[in-house]
Formats: sequence, C-alpha cells, structure tokens
Amino acid sequence: MSDLSVSAPARDTRSMHWSSMLLHNRAALPGIVVIAVMTTLCFLGPALNPFNADHIDMRSRFMLPLTNDHLLGTDELGRDVLARLMAGGRISLTIGFVSMLISVVIGSVVGMIAGYRGGVVGAVLMRFVDAVMAFPTIFLVLALALLVKPGITATALLIAATSWMAVARLVEGQYRSLRNSEYAAAARTYGASDMRIMVAELLPNAMSAIVIVATLNVARAILLESYVSYLGYGIQPPAASWGNMLNNAQIYLTSAPWLAIVPGLAITLTVVSFNFAGEGLRDILEPRS
Amino acid sequence: MARYLLGRCWQSAVLLLLVSFIGFGILHLAPGGPLSQFVLSSNLTQEDIDRLTRQLGLDQPFVVQYLDWLGRMLLGDWGRSYRDGVPVLLKIAAHIQPTFEIMSFSTVLAAVFGGAIGILGAIRRYSLLDTLSSVGAMIALSIPTFWFGLMMIYLFSIKLGWLPAGNRSTIGDGSLGDILHHMIAPVIVLALVETAVWAQFMRSSMLDALEQDYIRTARAKGVPARGVIWSHALRNALLPMITLLGLQFPTLLGGALVTETVFNWPGMGRLFLDSLEYRDYPVVMGILMLSAVMVLMGSLLADILYAAADPRIKMD
Repeated sequence: MSDLSVSAPARDTRSMHWSSMLLHNRAALPGIVVIAVMTTLCFLGPALNPFNADHIDMRSRFMLPLTNDHLLGTDELGRDVLARLMAGGRISLTIGFVSMLISVVIGSVVGMIAGYRGGVVGAVLMRFVDAVMAFPTIFLVLALALLVKPGITATALLIAATSWMAVARLVEGQYRSLRNSEYAAAARTYGASDMRIMVAELLPNAMSAIVIVATLNVARAILLESYVSYLGYGIQPPAASWGNMLNNAQIYLTSAPWLAIVPGLAITLTVVSFNFAGEGLRDILEPRS
Repeated sequence: MARYLLGRCWQSAVLLLLVSFIGFGILHLAPGGPLSQFVLSSNLTQEDIDRLTRQLGLDQPFVVQYLDWLGRMLLGDWGRSYRDGVPVLLKIAAHIQPTFEIMSFSTVLAAVFGGAIGILGAIRRYSLLDTLSSVGAMIALSIPTFWFGLMMIYLFSIKLGWLPAGNRSTIGDGSLGDILHHMIAPVIVLALVETAVWAQFMRSSMLDALEQDYIRTARAKGVPARGVIWSHALRNALLPMITLLGLQFPTLLGGALVTETVFNWPGMGRLFLDSLEYRDYPVVMGILMLSAVMVLMGSLLADILYAAADPRIKMD
C-alpha cells in the first residue's frame, strides 16, 4: 500500500549498512533531520529566547511577528508566541513519544500472545481489538476524556488507549507466521519456555515491523493530541501545547492570523516528518514490499 | 456466496456484541455511573440515591444490568438527554442529516479527485506527477483537519470573502443554493484526508492490476495501450476501492466531528461536543455506540458489495 514513490530506491541497497541506507533514503533522512531540529529547538530553544512562555504582558497584546524582539509575535495575553511554541512543543513531543511507547508495549504484548497462542485465546483477543477499532478514534478519546481529570498524563494515556490496536494486529500477524518457524521449533526442542521463545527468539524478527509502526504512531499521537487539546479536552491552559494554542485562534483569526498559522505549521511539519521517517524506515527495513 | 455472507454477518454480530460490552463498560466507569446525573445535581439524600439505585436495578449483578441495558438498546430505548429529556435516538436523528450531507459530498469529491490522481500516478510511475502526488498525499494526511479548516476560513472567508465562515445557512435565507454555498468549505476540508487515502489506494490497486497476467495477455494479443489501461486494468483496479468505502468510514466520521466544530455545522459531531460540555452522558454514549454500529455496518455493507461485484471471491 505505502509503496511511496518518493523513496523508490534508485540504487541497489541490499549490500549497504542500514545507517548508510538511512543517509541515502529520500524520505527518511529529511524526516529525521527535521525531527532532530524541532526537538532541539523545543528543548534547548528557551536558552536563546529571552521571553518566558507564561509571562503575561497586557500592554503588548497581539504584537505582529518580528516586532520588539518577538520573532513570532504575541498572543491575546501578550505572551511570546515563540516561547509558547517551544513550551507547547515540549509537551506535544513528549506526549507523542510517551503515548507511542505505551501503545507499542500494550499492542505488542496483546499481539504476541494472540499470535503465538492462537486458538481461542488469540481469537478472543483479536476480536476485542476489532471491537475497539470499530469506534472512531476521536469519538472514543473524547468519551473517555470525560472520565478522567485532564492533564498531560491523562492525555498521553487516552491517546495510547486508542492507538495500540494497529500494533496488536501487526504483531499478531508476525507471530502467527513466526511461531511455526524452524528456529521456534528448535528452541522448543531444547526446552525453552514459551515466554523465552516469544521474547528472545521471535521478537528480533518482528522488531523492524514494530519500529516502523512505532514511528508512525508518534505522528498519530501528536496529531491526536492536537485534536483533543483543540477541542478542549487535552492539555489545559495556562500550560501550552500545539493543540491548545489553536484553541482560541479561531476567534482572533481576523485580527491575529499568526496565532493560528504558527502552531498549525509546527504540527504539520512534525507529523509529516515522522510519517516520512516511518515510510523511509519501511523501505529500508522491509525492502521487498 | 451465501456461506460467505452468512459468515460475514455472524462475524459482525459478534463484534457488535463486543462493542456493546465496551460501551456499557465505559458508561459504568463514568463518575457516579448511570446515576451521575443525580449525584451531580446533589439535592438528593443518600436514601433517595439508594432508592433510585434499586429502582433502576443498579444493585443487580453487572451481567444482569448489562443484559437489561442491551435489551433496551435493541428495542430502541437509548435513554433520555439529561439536558432536555428528549429521547437520545430522536436527538441524534435530528442531527444526522447535516453530517451525512458533508460526508457523502466529501466522499464523492475524494473518490473522483483521489481516484484520478492515483490512476495517473500508477500509469506514470516515478514521474514528477507521481512523486508530487505521493508527497502531497503524505502532507494531506499530516495536516490537522481543524487547522486546514481554519486556514480555509482565513483565506476564502476573511481574505477573499468568497465563502461563508460557518453555519449551514444564512439567517433568513436557507435556500438550496445558500446551503450549498455554506457546504463548499466543510466538504473540501473533510475531503482532504479522504482524497489522500483514495489516491494512495487507487495508485497501488492500479499498479497491482497492471502487473496481472491478463494485462500481459491483452498486450500480447495487440490491445492498444490505451485500451489495456482504461478497460482491462482500470475495471479491475476499481473493484477493491469498494472496500475502501467501508474502511474509511471511521476516519470520515471522526473528520466530520472536527469539521463540524470548525464550521459550526449543525451535525452529529457538533451534538456530541455540546453533549460532552454538558456531561450529557446518555447522548454522548448514544452517539459513541451509534458511530461504532455505523462503522461495523459500513464495513459489512462494503464487503457484501465487493463480494457481489467480484466473482472471484464468491467461494471463500
């Protein structure tokens, strides 16, 4: 499906080391570079920017970008937009990674058990995965958001709770085909436990698929965070996230369009980068498809 | 064919049961459970609450409660809104048409544009057009839908003044032309992600079709290139797209929720968010359940259509 023509390898890459393949991949490399730059800016940027993300200054509201040292202007409370963008980026990126980790762990465990065991256990687990997937993600996240106190942890957990199913399906497929492999059988003959076979023998073989879906899940989590926070059920002000910066932006769209343009561009750029990195990794790690 | 259909229906029924179980579980996790309405408006004594608990059967075992709830759902009693006492199903019914309006127009738009882009990309594989459309699709899938909506409003409503910035009609107008005019922006916004997905699927489906033996046969027997592509390959490449209609349904519904919020479009998504704000659990749960049911029905319908259209999968 995702036979992405931008990254169609023009040269024979079979003999190359994965790191040099990464450097030659036209999808993965730009993606990874942008991610690195964004992350560095968000976490180290505050050292370069004189403004505090939470500092309210009612005399300097709605300043245009590039006025009075405010590179990206100020918002409705006179706060520096660049500082908020970096503070928001730290939260959005953190949520992206944390939700990805949780969803990959849950999805992998469910998929491993379902795929390796098969039978009734596998069928029940996978039907449960199908059932959760039947709920449109945003509806499910928002309905669950009613049950918890909003915050960073809650948002990360909500996103993870609605993102592990695709991982489970993928890992289940891998394990279902791997469990009958010769080396799994060999491990069984020397008395290895199921646990050992699942983790030590089979996991390395499923790893490249997991790495790809994990990368794509970061993109998904950052995007979902922006939706949930934009709708008011994610990160709560005064804390900034890329999503909740857009919360009030619609009201000021006429007078202060940069308040909407800037965070949206940051989200799009970051999500695109993770998606490209993921597709590029797919070309490198699963070259056949 | 009959066996395939029967199996597929049975599978959907099992999933529906699981979905209902998850829905009921979420309802019970709500603070105060199904009684939250009374607990929150707390001019009731503990005794009143205990009496209500018995009356509503909440002291029964979980399974009994679940079966009772499921029975009422199946009979069409989905509870009443906390806000105005209107039955949930009636409330949803009053909001579903605007949602289906933008969903169906977007799907047509996405199928036509996305399909065309995908076909051209597959025919001219690795050309500039193919590369641009692949990159474009990736970007479209990465843009937050609501932000794209905001940018549309900024450009076409605020800067150019061509399109209304929201709502389904102008107050005092409401003619068909007026509604269509209001629909343009939300439909385009909702269609963005769909178009990208259609382009990607169409491209790979077309590439698959072009690699089949019957294409080589057609070429070998001297069918002109144009005929090979447009009649032999395209007809077969279009078939799997039927399943995409079902696969994309959840994304489309979710996208509609966000689009309706940005454009203040009076559909089911708007109703869902309003109900969230008022903690109107019966309506929230009703829409959540209905969305899952629609997704399951959509995918079942798509599979049945596909089976009907493709003679090869009749025996499965």
